[in-house]
Amino acid sequence: MSQAAVETRDLTRRFGTLVAVRQLTLRIEPGEVFGLLGPNGSGKTTTIRMLCGLLEPTTGSALVAGIDVAVAPEQVKQRIGYMSQKFGLYEDLTVAENLDFYGGIYGLPQAARAARSSEVIAFLELDRRLDELGSQLSGGWKQRLALGCALLHRPVVLFLDEPTAGVDPAARRNFWRAISELATQGTTVIVTTHYMDEAERCGRLAMLSGGHLIALGTPGEVAAQVGGRTLEDAFIILQERDER
Amino acid sequence: MMSRFWPMFRKEFVQMRRDRLTLGIMIGIPVVQLLLFGYAIQTDVRNLATVVLDQSRTPESRDVIAAFQNTGNFRIVAHVDDRPALDRAIARGDAQAGIIVPYDYPRRLGRGTTATLQVIVDAGDPLASQAAISAAAGVAQVRNLAILSHATGRASVPVEVRVRPRYNPGLRSPNYIVPGLVGVILTITMVLITAMAIVRERERGTLEQLIVTPITKTELMLGKIAPYVGVGLIQMTAVLALGRFVFDVPLTGNVLLLYTIALIFVVASLALGLFISTLVRTQQQAMQVSFFFVLPNILLSGFMFPRQAMPEVFQWMGLLLPLTHFLKVLRGILLKGVGLEALWQEVLVLAGFAALMIVLSVRRFRKTLD
Repeated sequence: MSQAAVETRDLTRRFGTLVAVRQLTLRIEPGEVFGLLGPNGSGKTTTIRMLCGLLEPTTGSALVAGIDVAVAPEQVKQRIGYMSQKFGLYEDLTVAENLDFYGGIYGLPQAARAARSSEVIAFLELDRRLDELGSQLSGGWKQRLALGCALLHRPVVLFLDEPTAGVDPAARRNFWRAISELATQGTTVIVTTHYMDEAERCGRLAMLSGGHLIALGTPGEVAAQVGGRTLEDAFIILQERDER
Repeated sequence: MMSRFWPMFRKEFVQMRRDRLTLGIMIGIPVVQLLLFGYAIQTDVRNLATVVLDQSRTPESRDVIAAFQNTGNFRIVAHVDDRPALDRAIARGDAQAGIIVPYDYPRRLGRGTTATLQVIVDAGDPLASQAAISAAAGVAQVRNLAILSHATGRASVPVEVRVRPRYNPGLRSPNYIVPGLVGVILTITMVLITAMAIVRERERGTLEQLIVTPITKTELMLGKIAPYVGVGLIQMTAVLALGRFVFDVPLTGNVLLLYTIALIFVVASLALGLFISTLVRTQQQAMQVSFFFVLPNILLSGFMFPRQAMPEVFQWMGLLLPLTHFLKVLRGILLKGVGLEALWQEVLVLAGFAALMIVLSVRRFRKTLD
């Protein structure tokens, strides 16, 4: 079997007495668009943060691009891209300055940085926004810039935590077009979302509830496992079950 | 190693330049503070408001009152007719001193017995009253000397002590205050700026994005403080230039040496701010902790109050503050013109402090969100 993009075994994270993620075991193949679905507090963000080395797992293990996140988080960081829920770039820097900064931070040599930067700018159509400050951008453009900064170093695995929250439908569609494009180029994309139409676009999904995995498979399979005709039914059933 | 320092440095520099308000404050504060402190703080108290109760009203009494006035320490604001009126004037604060010349002053003076004058001083403020007290004693001494030498027929006094106040012969307050102010201003602004540095990124949500990159903790820390070293040296230049041209404070020693040591001090202060930044969670906490640190600096470093007068425990505590050592450097170079041979210990302490703070900050900082 070839090396998985992400492989977790009994991955668990506690915050005090709260178990945010409970014994999660997953295997995600290279080039997959993999969705993490679940209501608020189901453990999606905690899972992503552990996989990115932002939170230490309490128990269990996770390999990202073949590297154990608990052992060598810094080596993992060179191979992944990450977009947090909240816009995490500098609002007092321009689009070009943000890109240049992250290019530098990811250690791209000067010449390669400029070339790669232009590629990313063309790919995300950022060319006319280069001199705008982060604070002047709309939600959709902020999200594209964030994606751009996360792509500069050609990550093997891309983690997107609710990337399209608060973004208009047209911008969302464009964003997903870019995601699909990246996946066909071989990048593994792991995305959390609340939107059903986005979940449908994922190759496979993991549905989380109360910190543990309750369904895994293609969108159709997941819907059936949770007991709904559609994914949306499944999600609502799940949320109601959670609220009880 | 350290290849990501420059991108971090450039980013901080651009952000600093774009934040006009903060930048303006950083340059404006030293100028305003210098003018305030330089003009306002005068430790040599003169012209104490004085009321006089002259019970004898004779040429002799008027003569001695004039002698008090001529010292420059007493400024006669009123004559009163009885003791209660004099006490009231001091109690109300209309005057800080009172001179009482009794009825029998000229008679006792003429008879060769001791003529007693009474000087009452409001010693509520010890600093203000001290000068007046010694001036009053001086008035008596000068008169005694004149009368006794006249009586003994000696043309010269038997013993004379000549005091030479070195390094600040005019005993001017600005010469003492302005060099100290360089250190105080650098401490306040440098510590505060970097104390906010990391928590600001945490609060804005930019830290999360930054720590999923492979940047090392050392690169992050050094890149954060480096642009402000320049700001610190500009501040120092502004204060020194104003001190020189507005307050005539001398620049006696080697200015290049001063800047070199100042560089170490600035790094030490920035690193301390950085350390504070790793201890707190919000910008408000950072501000509070910084002010909590700044106050002992002003009180214990010897900026305004002489360290020699402090109980030993506090002298030791003062030695823990980088400012205490930097003040020795500032005054040593600016007023005495001494060089590294007299200051190497201070330089070592400052460098050690800077290194310790950087190491502590790097160790305390975690590239995780826990």
